[in-house]
Amino acid sequence: MARPAAPPAPGPPRSAPPGAVALHPPRFAPLRPPRGRPALPGPPRPERCRGRARQRAPGVARDRRGGAAGGTRERPAGDGTGGAGPRAGPGTAGGGRDRRGGAAGGTRERPARTGVTSPRPAEEPRVRGHVGPPGRQGALRIRTGGMAEREGGNPEGAAPVPAGPQAPELSREEKLQLRKEKKQQKKKKRSEKGPSTESAELCAPPEAGQPRAAAQPTSPPAPADGPGDSEKPAGGKSKAELRAERRAKQEAERAQKQARKAELSQAATTAKPRQSPTEPQSMVKRLPEHVQVDDPAAQRKLAKKLERQQVPLRQDYGTKVNLFSHLHQYSRKKPLTQQMSIPSTVIHPAVVRLGLQYSQGIINGSNARCIALLEVFKQLIRDYSTPPNEELSRDLVAKLKPHISFLNQCRPLSASMGNAIKFLKKEISCLPDTLREDEAKEKLQDVIDKYLREKIVLAAEAISRSAFEKINDHDVILVYGCSSLVNRTLCDAHAKKGRAFRVIVVDSRPRLEGRETLRRLVRRGIHCTYVMINAISYVLPEVSKVLLGAHALLANGSVMSRVGTSQIALVSKAYNVPVLVCCETYKFCERVQTDSFVSNELDDPDDLIVLRKGQAQLGGWAENKSLRLLNLVYDVTPPDLVDLVITDLGMIPCTSVPVVLRVKNVDQ
Amino acid sequence: MEFQAVLMAAGGGSRMTDLTSSIPKPLLPVGNRPLLWYPLNLLERAGFEEVIVITRKEIQKMLNLDTKMKLDFVCISDNMDMGTADSLRHIHQKIKTDVLVLSCDLITDVDLYKVVDLFRTHDASLSMLMKKTHEPTEGVPGQKGKKKPVEQRDFIGVDDTGKRLLFMANEADLDEELVIKRSILQKHPRMHIRTGLMDAHLYCLKKYVVDFLVENRTITSLRSELIPHLVRKQFSSPASLQQGLDNKEEDQKKKEQASLDIYSFIKEDNSLLKPAPDNSCWNDHRGDMNETLHEGKVRCYVHIMKEGLCYRVNTLGLYIEANRQVPKLLLNLGLEESLVHGSAQITDRGMIGSDSIIGSSTQIGEKTSIKHSIIGSMCTIKDKVKITNCIIMNSVTIEEGCCLQGSVICHNAVIEKGADIKDCLIGSDQRLESKAKHVNEVIVGTEQLMEI
Repeated sequence: MARPAAPPAPGPPRSAPPGAVALHPPRFAPLRPPRGRPALPGPPRPERCRGRARQRAPGVARDRRGGAAGGTRERPAGDGTGGAGPRAGPGTAGGGRDRRGGAAGGTRERPARTGVTSPRPAEEPRVRGHVGPPGRQGALRIRTGGMAEREGGNPEGAAPVPAGPQAPELSREEKLQLRKEKKQQKKKKRSEKGPSTESAELCAPPEAGQPRAAAQPTSPPAPADGPGDSEKPAGGKSKAELRAERRAKQEAERAQKQARKAELSQAATTAKPRQSPTEPQSMVKRLPEHVQVDDPAAQRKLAKKLERQQVPLRQDYGTKVNLFSHLHQYSRKKPLTQQMSIPSTVIHPAVVRLGLQYSQGIINGSNARCIALLEVFKQLIRDYSTPPNEELSRDLVAKLKPHISFLNQCRPLSASMGNAIKFLKKEISCLPDTLREDEAKEKLQDVIDKYLREKIVLAAEAISRSAFEKINDHDVILVYGCSSLVNRTLCDAHAKKGRAFRVIVVDSRPRLEGRETLRRLVRRGIHCTYVMINAISYVLPEVSKVLLGAHALLANGSVMSRVGTSQIALVSKAYNVPVLVCCETYKFCERVQTDSFVSNELDDPDDLIVLRKGQAQLGGWAENKSLRLLNLVYDVTPPDLVDLVITDLGMIPCTSVPVVLRVKNVDQ
Repeated sequence: MEFQAVLMAAGGGSRMTDLTSSIPKPLLPVGNRPLLWYPLNLLERAGFEEVIVITRKEIQKMLNLDTKMKLDFVCISDNMDMGTADSLRHIHQKIKTDVLVLSCDLITDVDLYKVVDLFRTHDASLSMLMKKTHEPTEGVPGQKGKKKPVEQRDFIGVDDTGKRLLFMANEADLDEELVIKRSILQKHPRMHIRTGLMDAHLYCLKKYVVDFLVENRTITSLRSELIPHLVRKQFSSPASLQQGLDNKEEDQKKKEQASLDIYSFIKEDNSLLKPAPDNSCWNDHRGDMNETLHEGKVRCYVHIMKEGLCYRVNTLGLYIEANRQVPKLLLNLGLEESLVHGSAQITDRGMIGSDSIIGSSTQIGEKTSIKHSIIGSMCTIKDKVKITNCIIMNSVTIEEGCCLQGSVICHNAVIEKGADIKDCLIGSDQRLESKAKHVNEVIVGTEQLMEI
């Protein structure tokens, strides 16, 4: 196959393949934050924790900078889980905590952080350091442990550790207590010193910001810095900062001593750490319930909430693979409607129908799901009438809630849907009171239409236009699964621009969505080859570009997409084939995720059963105690495997996601 | 409101005139409850709160049901011969949404959501319930030998998933061969043709189907005309479809011309993937280049019950069979009433089989054994009577020493001492002489026969 910029046959990866280089120029152009290169492979993490920062000499400079920025930013998520005292172990432990915070932050509304110049890129490298197996292990442990202190107690973070806790139970609790005591000490001290310096930019409680407060007690708060902050030479620390470090260290030591003392007196009296509302834990954003199915307390809470909303609770189905016991697993054969009255009274019929279509996989794909959702919500709003003595803006949001819960149980909401719902709720609550009901409804319909048009339809068009630049004649483009956006892009490039290229459609079981891609492309007359994913290394040498769709783009630059995407990106990297991801900006998500374990979706395991000549080999899997089926839906591709993201804003590196998110936040 | 339920209870029971000559079909006792109770109970269990019942005046008068649902009776006059489709047309003003139509003779423990979910999920025009016909285990009274009247078979074509209804034909409409249109096979190269399925006469219909029915007055029956029409229409392509959606106005004109076409009643939003035609990666078929669902707008689905009870009480044989199965069904429903009514006076409890139902105020004498039988209320059964596999309705008197087997005995019949009856149907108000011996007979009053 003749193709320009063909990398030489699968050999050792070249440092700069011409094809890849050609792709890169826009990488840093459009939305690059005005600072150094945050996406260096494996840089030290910007530490919030001075203890750790000091242990890592080469990273000091960067740490300081990142710490300054990160401190103002990340506190609500990470530090609340236990802060980072001198006792916190280096490596995975901290990373794990960060991750946890990040995952939890997915649903969090970011506080309005004006003036923070480059929020996410600064933390991105930190997270990225843990993409490998150790990071996963750490993440996993955090989740199963539920609390970060387990990690804190684990001294060797980098080595893959078995999921079980290493420290004995009691000591963990002790540690937790210790940490709490310490934090309170800090809080007192700081408030004595002068809370005014911090309070300006803080949305989080002061106690959560211990390390940052220690790091910059004298320096002006970050907002004042503006962009210049990140431009600071990364060389040496300022005296003030050094001083701050010293002080923080002393404080930490003092606090530790006192905490030990206090603990001795209290030792073993309280089996459980108490949780008074004043303590920082209350400010920690909860993990969403759909990633803690194995936690009975969270499930009870969910059941209660659903009962209040008069939505039935869908039962989990079958046994789950251990690693994923925290996720829901439903059976298609047992729909939620089983437990509902047939003329559905609470849930709007259109929503019932939509929920069934989601759970049966008829409406499938991030875009399709979002469009269908908004269309149904439009109908819902049309059929809605405000009860007397209620305000539309309040009552409608309340009315939407059970419907959203219902849909969430039919199938966990996609990131696109989450963003759309967030948007809609905001629009509803921002409706001026002066509007009459029909006007308000009219306005909401318009707003939804506008969202659909701008964020999805026009965005797809914009992406298709810019992606066209990347598609040359004689290209061999590899696509995976079925992405409506990628399909459209290819069809446009073929039909409107007349590019002559070839497509290799990679498919995977059990959904075999690639066949739909194949059908759509072949119908348009595009030359296609169809292979299964296990043949990918065979076809990659002739591929010139890999074009992938995305379920969501996460704040650390990771790409969440159909399971298998990560594998394709990895193999493509090995063959030095540039990986391009197409994704509309409305799918950008503030969550941070480095692995596919914590937040994912399990599909019906029965889908994996193959019928051969009327016989199902795996038919009785549920009865077999030593057999479990895993039908994973998504995976996370680390940002260093993705060369370029094509969005409606242009082509950006995936590390620029936070910038886009921030710009979006400011716009709104 | 998502669904309205319509219960068709005006049928005469033309296939079991021996029974229905004296008792209207909806009131036939099955397990000591009127037949009508069963579909109503099915709806109530599913969560319906209102039901439109189409029935006749005299039936409504005689009916007393304890149900929490609001029953909206619509009476049609006796002398009008109205089919099911006519009935539905008759009440079309009351119909505001999609409807669930069912017949009064359906006894089933199906999970109704399965049928309704097919309808919802695929945004179908029609979804229906079917069940494998079961062979009656025992003979039917008054029927000589094994020869059954051969019912006209239905040929049902379903797709690979067994859910999409592709083809439907009755033997009566066929000549020598089964003709399958090419348009079906083009879209569904694999079709499973099944026979031996019984239509439970439970249909979910879209509102527009009712609208279509209102306009199209030639259709009189749902089962034999409307449903096959819908099934056929899945594969006929109306002019409007081929033109695409761009020129809607032109469509509109065409629609007006062919106003009797079902397509003209389908609103635009019917398309299953309308909001996201190009975005969902789902497709219902493989192996060709066609769009999802072949852009068909009429879609019919069927839920075929694999297990569970499902009877249509429309013949004497099925009536007897249903009565036999009902104790099981009632147990499954978890009704708290025991099978033997509290006010029944029974001398020898031990002689009553566990699967027998005995109604209120019935007196049963000494040494009387009752097995696999259903006894109505206010009956008097004297001593030393043997009753096996029988259905005995209300206020029947059976005197000493009788032996009854596999028989149906209607209201107010009197059977005098020492009668021996096997596989018989005894009509209402009949009086059998003492020591009478009957095997495989239908004994109904002549005056009733005259009526017919």
